[in-house]
Amino acid sequence: MSDAATTRATRSRWLLLAPALAVLVFAASGPLLIVLIYSFLTPGDYGGVVWSLSPDAWFSVVMEQDFFTEEIGFADAHLSIFWRSIKLSLMTALLTFVFGFPTAYFIATRPREKRDIWMLLIIIPFWTNLLIRTFAIMELIRAEGTVNSALLALGIIDEPIQMLFTEFAILLGMAYVYLPLMVLPIYASLERFDFTLVEAGYDLYASRWRVLRKVIFPLAKPGVIAGSILVFVPSLGAYVTPRVLGGGKQLMLGNLIELQFGAGRNWPLGAALSLTLLAIVMVALILYVRAAGNEEVRHG
Amino acid sequence: MKLTTTFSALAAMAVAGAASAEGQLNIYNWGNYTSPEMIEKFEQEYDVEVTVTDYDSNDTALAKIKAGGHGFDIVVPSGTYVPIFISEGLLMESRPNEMENFKNMDPQWVDVEFDPGRNYTVPWQWGTVGMTVNTSVYGGDINTAGIYLDPPDELKGKINVVPEMMDVMSTAIYYMGGEQCTTDKEVLKQVRDKLVEAKQHWLSMDYGNIEKFAKGDLAAGVNWNGASMRARLQNADIAYGYPIDGYPVWMDNAAIVADAQNVENARLFLNFIMAPENAAMLSNFAKYANGIVGSAEFMDADLQDAPEINPSDELKAAGVLSKTCPPEAQKIYTAIWTELQK
Repeated sequence: MSDAATTRATRSRWLLLAPALAVLVFAASGPLLIVLIYSFLTPGDYGGVVWSLSPDAWFSVVMEQDFFTEEIGFADAHLSIFWRSIKLSLMTALLTFVFGFPTAYFIATRPREKRDIWMLLIIIPFWTNLLIRTFAIMELIRAEGTVNSALLALGIIDEPIQMLFTEFAILLGMAYVYLPLMVLPIYASLERFDFTLVEAGYDLYASRWRVLRKVIFPLAKPGVIAGSILVFVPSLGAYVTPRVLGGGKQLMLGNLIELQFGAGRNWPLGAALSLTLLAIVMVALILYVRAAGNEEVRHG
Repeated sequence: MKLTTTFSALAAMAVAGAASAEGQLNIYNWGNYTSPEMIEKFEQEYDVEVTVTDYDSNDTALAKIKAGGHGFDIVVPSGTYVPIFISEGLLMESRPNEMENFKNMDPQWVDVEFDPGRNYTVPWQWGTVGMTVNTSVYGGDINTAGIYLDPPDELKGKINVVPEMMDVMSTAIYYMGGEQCTTDKEVLKQVRDKLVEAKQHWLSMDYGNIEKFAKGDLAAGVNWNGASMRARLQNADIAYGYPIDGYPVWMDNAAIVADAQNVENARLFLNFIMAPENAAMLSNFAKYANGIVGSAEFMDADLQDAPEINPSDELKAAGVLSKTCPPEAQKIYTAIWTELQK
């Protein structure tokens, strides 16, 4: 190819990319830049920001000055909320894996023409608004809700179990909502799986457990990792589920950020917390890329 | 929402056909808060086409009015936000105190701190923050914030606290003997310790609790009087208590936006809602009290003697009108609030 042709090809490639790049730069980086700048400003008296530089917001993400003793120490409240968010998100990922993997395996082992129907059943809940699904869970586990009424009627329990407004409720809600995000990638990697390998394993006297661990799981691993990330990331920023099912007694990161922009009237702190959330997600993604990268090396 | 659509459609028709109305009026108000009958009456009386647009929080309204180009004539901010609107130059000094119907305004609502003498605003609706209690579960005194701060055994684990920072903080501060917007460290330390200690007995910190009170999932909590009344209409055991040590009183107020296009119609409207029969229409719709003397006789029967809007004189005196706390107080309250929910 001549130089001129190469230049032309390059130019048209850039031209074709331009709309996508413009959207990325203005719609993604732009707002992010504003958030970054705001996080270094001073809070306005009644919300908003004052244009004078201050590191206070970043300082108070993890540190605080006690109002009563004026001692400077770790921001215990913020750290507990970070920890709760990360813990619940990891547990959600684990829970969706425990339920999602067998589901995906089941679907992948059905006859090809039946699989689409099963996939459809997995996807149907996605057609319903998140809020409505969350309220449906609430109706199920309320003190006077379906589950408790059924258990009472069957005489299994004497008084309603308090399930709503607990960490269990948040976990249940998030696992239910994000389950398809775990099933889909695992299914995608199992769908291409050659099941004669399983037979080969049995031929070599491998136990069922050993086949699962040494043959099926390694090949499904990219899907599991992708699914875990897809579940972990939105769980970390979850806002509606902790608010509705957690009873609002215990904040998660999303709720803490909202507080700063609302009643807290501390936009810079809200901005700094948002970027902290972003940083946690970035770390998770880097770990994912590393894990996925290793995988390719081994098989490539 | 439906309301807005209807009025928008009407407005569009008015523009499309030969404009039959004298003029227009664009109202920007909280959702589900504007009596359609009252608007219709106003339209007919003055031959004005009214458009109502909803917002969901004072902050939304503030941001939109501040941004400009909105075309609104009337806005209805809470008392705590009126000084912010005024200091940002967003409200017109329309002098409602010189209007014909000003004589109907309840004297207790004239010299309010957020608009002394009423140079900018007119009362829309007002309400209180108090205690909702299911009296079949607890038969003791309900006129105390102890219901949620020192809960009796019967109520433990069945309490809901609305997640509205200033309302909850203020009630707790009054209970511990503090003043509104206090920055007194001793008091605030007690408030924090009391809240943190009491929290283990709360079931939830949630909005939208009318159903849960009515069905018995909740037995007590910090609540607003209108919501408490709606729960009582479904379950007669529900009662509303006014904390004797002090409780927040809020008022939403109609005002003319500084750059309003239809100033004369907006003035007519402010005067209109100060007429008792019109103010009563607002209350009948929103189920809160208004600040207009003589409106009671035009109200629905269930509102006229509702304990939720007619406290005894002794309890009435304990109400403290909410105001905007200075940033230094706000900062401490947010820290306590965050610690409470950590």
